Amino acid sequence: MEREIVGPITEKEMRSLRVGDLFDLTGKVFTARDKTHQLLLKLHETKEKIPFDPTSMALFHCGPVAKRYKGNWQILSAGPTSSIRMEDITPRFLATFKIKLIIGKGGMGAKTQQALQEQGAVYAHYTGGAGALSARSFTRVEKVFWLKELGMANAVWIMVAQQFGPLLVTMDSVGGSLYKELNGKIAKNKEAIYARIG
Amino acid sequence: MDEEQLSAALITALQQATAVLPQDVITALQRAEASEDSPLAKEQLQTILRNIEVAKEHRVPLCQDTGLHTFFITAGTASPYLSKLQRVIKHALAEATEQIPLRPNTVHPFTGENSGDNLGRYMPYLSWELIDGDEITITILPKGGGSENMSALKMLLPTAGMSEIKRTVVDHIIACGGKPCPPTIVGIGIGGGADIAMNLGKRALLRPVGDHHPEPMVAALEEELVHLLNMSGVGPMGIGGKNTVLAVHIEYAYRHTASLPVGIVVQCWAHRWAKIHLAADGTIKVI
Repeated sequence: MEREIVGPITEKEMRSLRVGDLFDLTGKVFTARDKTHQLLLKLHETKEKIPFDPTSMALFHCGPVAKRYKGNWQILSAGPTSSIRMEDITPRFLATFKIKLIIGKGGMGAKTQQALQEQGAVYAHYTGGAGALSARSFTRVEKVFWLKELGMANAVWIMVAQQFGPLLVTMDSVGGSLYKELNGKIAKNKEAIYARIG
Repeated sequence: MDEEQLSAALITALQQATAVLPQDVITALQRAEASEDSPLAKEQLQTILRNIEVAKEHRVPLCQDTGLHTFFITAGTASPYLSKLQRVIKHALAEATEQIPLRPNTVHPFTGENSGDNLGRYMPYLSWELIDGDEITITILPKGGGSENMSALKMLLPTAGMSEIKRTVVDHIIACGGKPCPPTIVGIGIGGGADIAMNLGKRALLRPVGDHHPEPMVAALEEELVHLLNMSGVGPMGIGGKNTVLAVHIEYAYRHTASLPVGIVVQCWAHRWAKIHLAADGTIKVI
């Protein structure tokens, strides 16, 4: 059965999650892609104030399609983007902003795995491309930052999620990784494939 | 037919290629879902199928990455509309970006500056094929960045042989893992020069999913590669399972005796496209 996690995100709850756990999320998320990570870190370095509190929210690797209706933003499509693009910058990002939950797709690498352990954070996977469905869970846009400077895809969208899921924990805070386990199996399968090819 | 009519038809087609998945792709995904044993893999495919319904019902982008647009134009040289096409397509894409809306995806390659309307130098990309006659068919293929990032060109040694071609494709698709949003459709161009192999790989995607190449030797290779790739266990979204690819489509060209280019174009499960037919008398049909 799927668990429900309600924001604000806490380290304690994230530490209790393990690879293979499924959950729905209700609460605030903020979107950030590679360019956005760079901007936020740069602002932090120059001691500029970040206009929202990333610590309590889930970080969603996503660049949504949004439309303005009567002055309010509506999210039309908002699936995850490939998380691996953020691999190099993620350890610093997590440490700086004390992020405890990343939502993305495709998985991340060893640097992120290490950072998750250090920070007591997890990486959860949402089905790539399922943007129309996930958008139904984002009932409200609380705020959008740097829309003009970064464009729709790279702006920070603070969205309120209602039972966003199923989210699948694929990397946890104790070094567990679905990808690591799977890669072993795939390597064996590859041998069988090679044998078949001859 | 005036330019406004053609522009309106193009916007309709763009809307369709954003919100609706062709039935052949849906059927392939349904089959994949039915064949999965792993509950986690099954759930990924069920989410995908639910998403397809929601996007269609609400006419919203299936995926938030509404892609980079290639227009494949097969144009009869006697069509009276040839000279207008480029202008009308650009206009329609900018309109559609605003109306549908599409996510503005095109940026300057050096500065990263977003044009805001999905236009720009060489954008959208028009791929022309000139034929006899007076009719025009336009196929619109919006392709997401996640899957396009996984496309690759392999320049093999001409001595490599068929086994090496198969291993090259297998290695590549395994290395892609979940990044291109599997189960994918893999278009492969074999032969030609480097550019020809990539172009053929992309064109191979335009075939209905699972339709085989008319030549038995090529069809057999397609079938074998589907089997081999699905033995990998990468699975839906790279979380493990039986369905890594929905189909493999191969096109080929004669090659230089010294070269063996293999162009691998990976397309995500959200394989969206739409077609427009433009007759010489001005009748427009969105297929």
